[in-house]
Amino acid sequence: MKASENVGENAMAKAHLKMKVNGREVEGLVEPRRLLIHFLREDLALTGAHIGCDTTHCGACTVDLDGKSVKSCTMFAVQAEGASITTIEGMANADGSLHPLQEGFRMEHGLQCGFCTPGMILRAHRLLQENPNPSEEEIRFGISGNLCRCTGYQNIVKAIQYAAAKMGGAACKEAAE
Amino acid sequence: MTTATPTRAEREAKLEGMGCKRKRVEDIRFTQGRGNYIDDLKLPGMLFGDFVRSPYAHARVKRIDTSKALKVPGVLAVLTAEELKGVNLAWMPTLAGDVQMVLADGKVLFQNQEVAFVVAEDRYAAADGVEAVEVEYEELPVIVDPFKSMALDAPVLREDLAGKTSGTHGPRKHHNHIFEWSVGDKAGTDAAFQNAEVKIKELISYHRTHPSPLETCQCVAAFDKVKGELTVHGTFQAPHVIRTVASLLSKIPEHKVHVISPDIGGGFGNKVGAYPGYICAIVASIVTGKPVKWVEDRIENLTSTSFARDYHMTTEIAATRDGKVTGLRVYALTDHGGFDACANPSKFPAGFFSIVTGSYDFPVAHAVVDAVYTNKAPGGVAYRCSLRVTEAAYAIERGMDILAQKLNMDPAELRLKNFIRREQFPYQSALGWEYDSGDYHTALNKAMEAVGYRQLRAEQAAKRAAFKRGETREIMGVGVSFFTEIVGAGPSRNCDILGLAMFDSCEIRVHPTGAAMARMGSKSQGQGHETTYAQIIASEIGIPADDIMIEEGNTDTAPYGIGTFGSRSTPVAGAAIAMASRKIRNKAQMIAAYMLEVHEGDLEWDIDGFRVKGLPERFKGMKEIAWAAYNSPPPGMEPGLEAVSYYDPPNMTFPFGAYICVMDIDVDTGVYKVRRFYALDDCGTRINPMIIEGQVHGGLTEAFAIAMGQEIRYDEIGNVLTGSFQDFFVPTAVETPHWETDHTVTPSPHHPIGAKGVGESPNVGGVPAFSNAVNDAFSFLGSTHIQMPHDYWRNWMAAKRLGLHE
Repeated sequence: MKASENVGENAMAKAHLKMKVNGREVEGLVEPRRLLIHFLREDLALTGAHIGCDTTHCGACTVDLDGKSVKSCTMFAVQAEGASITTIEGMANADGSLHPLQEGFRMEHGLQCGFCTPGMILRAHRLLQENPNPSEEEIRFGISGNLCRCTGYQNIVKAIQYAAAKMGGAACKEAAE
Repeated sequence: MTTATPTRAEREAKLEGMGCKRKRVEDIRFTQGRGNYIDDLKLPGMLFGDFVRSPYAHARVKRIDTSKALKVPGVLAVLTAEELKGVNLAWMPTLAGDVQMVLADGKVLFQNQEVAFVVAEDRYAAADGVEAVEVEYEELPVIVDPFKSMALDAPVLREDLAGKTSGTHGPRKHHNHIFEWSVGDKAGTDAAFQNAEVKIKELISYHRTHPSPLETCQCVAAFDKVKGELTVHGTFQAPHVIRTVASLLSKIPEHKVHVISPDIGGGFGNKVGAYPGYICAIVASIVTGKPVKWVEDRIENLTSTSFARDYHMTTEIAATRDGKVTGLRVYALTDHGGFDACANPSKFPAGFFSIVTGSYDFPVAHAVVDAVYTNKAPGGVAYRCSLRVTEAAYAIERGMDILAQKLNMDPAELRLKNFIRREQFPYQSALGWEYDSGDYHTALNKAMEAVGYRQLRAEQAAKRAAFKRGETREIMGVGVSFFTEIVGAGPSRNCDILGLAMFDSCEIRVHPTGAAMARMGSKSQGQGHETTYAQIIASEIGIPADDIMIEEGNTDTAPYGIGTFGSRSTPVAGAAIAMASRKIRNKAQMIAAYMLEVHEGDLEWDIDGFRVKGLPERFKGMKEIAWAAYNSPPPGMEPGLEAVSYYDPPNMTFPFGAYICVMDIDVDTGVYKVRRFYALDDCGTRINPMIIEGQVHGGLTEAFAIAMGQEIRYDEIGNVLTGSFQDFFVPTAVETPHWETDHTVTPSPHHPIGAKGVGESPNVGGVPAFSNAVNDAFSFLGSTHIQMPHDYWRNWMAAKRLGLHE
């Protein structure tokens, strides 16, 4: 093996970065080319979002950014300057109880290997914000940017329907009170 | 305080044992982003490795210049074959008895072959380093088509095998030949064909594809120079096999090699083998003294670490005029790419292809498999199927449909007429297997009734008439598939990998408070072992599944096992669980007898403990027994309550199923619509129906992908045309059909709990169901066989060839 003499000479200029992740202010010093997914996973140790394809097809890296689903492998960290991001680690309620989507995926067996699950839940979360009572067809279209190799999607659809029913129920209850 | 005594039903329910739709334990962490996958691992000082890969499919490597790469900031070292030769690791053995270059040694044999390994401080610097390595190639003529591999003037691919007229699996008849494997009665089969009233012959190809789990292959190797110990975390479906191979290759004693498979993001056969990335990460860690991570990207995954299928099967069936099969002859030409890197048991270079007689009572059969090298990625692995079983199932299920067409018989009727009958089990197949159990007629009849088969055929007849009258441009196909799988490899008398017998194992410890832990030789990649294994133990020894922790994937703590692939976990590891549980129950019975002051024989097992026969109130539950086992065992008995079982299965298991697909195809656009897909599976005893259903959904979705478009395609100079998810078809929720599942239950007579395995059945049975539906749709227009995959374009082309666009 030929050894190099360049240890520690990584000289690319770094950018200072500030954003809000799961309600918490964070900052970092990153190379401009650093992808958001690497910033989240490696610098912030939020390893819930995954990398599955590198080409924006699989959606395993999906996070919620300023109210939109974003594939964090296709965005530079510096582009998220000042943004507010939610990852799977921020989905549970403050008291530690699970979000209806997290509960729904378990109740309806909407996951197997679990690798697509964080991205799938984040995508479903935004979908239900935009359309609280989606039809099966709307759900299937709504999650079509997220690939799953294990479940065949049928139980993912059910999981999202479970959450929609539960969240709708909760909203109605709040309205009645 | 008074508490009502729980009823038997309540006690039973509390266990959440076999047959219950227990929710998955794994989901708690996965739904919260708390899974622990390889790329989540970050060790102190960890470096990152990345490959320089060949742009050419076949070329001589004239020169590798790493000097510029070594000047790239953050790059620490570059490995080439020259460096690896110093540790005798430029080549590595494959699981199939061949050898494979770890890094290009003088030449490259497929596009994206590993040429150099750049080690850097992080993945960005490693990528910069890869860009800066200069390699000079001299292009050589390329073979992509396996049918051209053994031409007299074909270029020599494997120069390392020059002059070797014999390989691991017998004689080689050409410089690009790997092996010829045959099974069955050739003379008898030839005679059956000579005397046949009706014969069919068709080249049925199963194209090259890839398992492509959502998580790619990856590892972190960490060598501790002071202790002389190597720890490899990796996406390994077979961690113990990797440990043994790593020890043999590195010469580090096996007790100083620690292999850990944490959560794995899907495997589907992709993560069984040993790949150059693992070897390079290990060597780089030994050299640098730091942990080295290697993570494939998707393009690397699709183009280098394994592929599946690429079997081209000339299938012939002989039959009587009234539709009774009398003989089967199959010649398969198989493409293994640049190196034979299948994960087959050593004595089965073509896997269990001899299941090719399928579910039918063939009096005689003969199969030949001829394997060749080409300039394509090495493999091939069993993509969600037992070894070469899906290829065999496809050949016979297409073949039966083609025979039905020739006989002008309904394909379901032809199957019913030729099925092995229930009373024939255990059944000796013409190609040497003993099928353990089956009830095929009941299964297919149930399926036909469920979908309204007769009505579907009537509707199809009406539509065909309307098509011929020019009233519609849509054709309708009904695809019937009836598969028999062979899984659970396997009995040590004939199944081993690199000499490792294919048993599996379980160690159970019941703790003093009655909670338990079980450690396994298998390794889940999403199958939900932590959930289902606990259910088996719960039913066997009466401890609630919630009180049992299952641990897999750590070779330091787990008993030795061969891992999870080929649907072997339930048939082999599942049996080991039952056997270990029964050892515990036997000891528990002795302890209970002592506690109750009776003879062991006076006790009977009752859900969660032992009671004295005829005296139901004299009862000791497992919780109490466990405490006594440690703290007040009978005099002379060793304390403790644990057991280990290594299970060497007496036979394989033979799950089966009946699938029916209804499809409509527009002949002007080639666009198809799956109207209905019904899948009946018989996997014997059902441990968790929820998980079985999930497995069937997933397997059907993969079958749908493969049959309808998913392939690894090369151009004529060996460029991969489908090397990312842009071109490689992975269905989204929009394309994926709705699945209907059903079942019958025919337990395996030789398995301790009667279970047969299910994870791969839907892929094995699903592909022919889809392909038969497409072929059935076109059959009335004079088409006999259309090759997969059946994407829109190819359907359109099929219609065009049939003159439908004129």
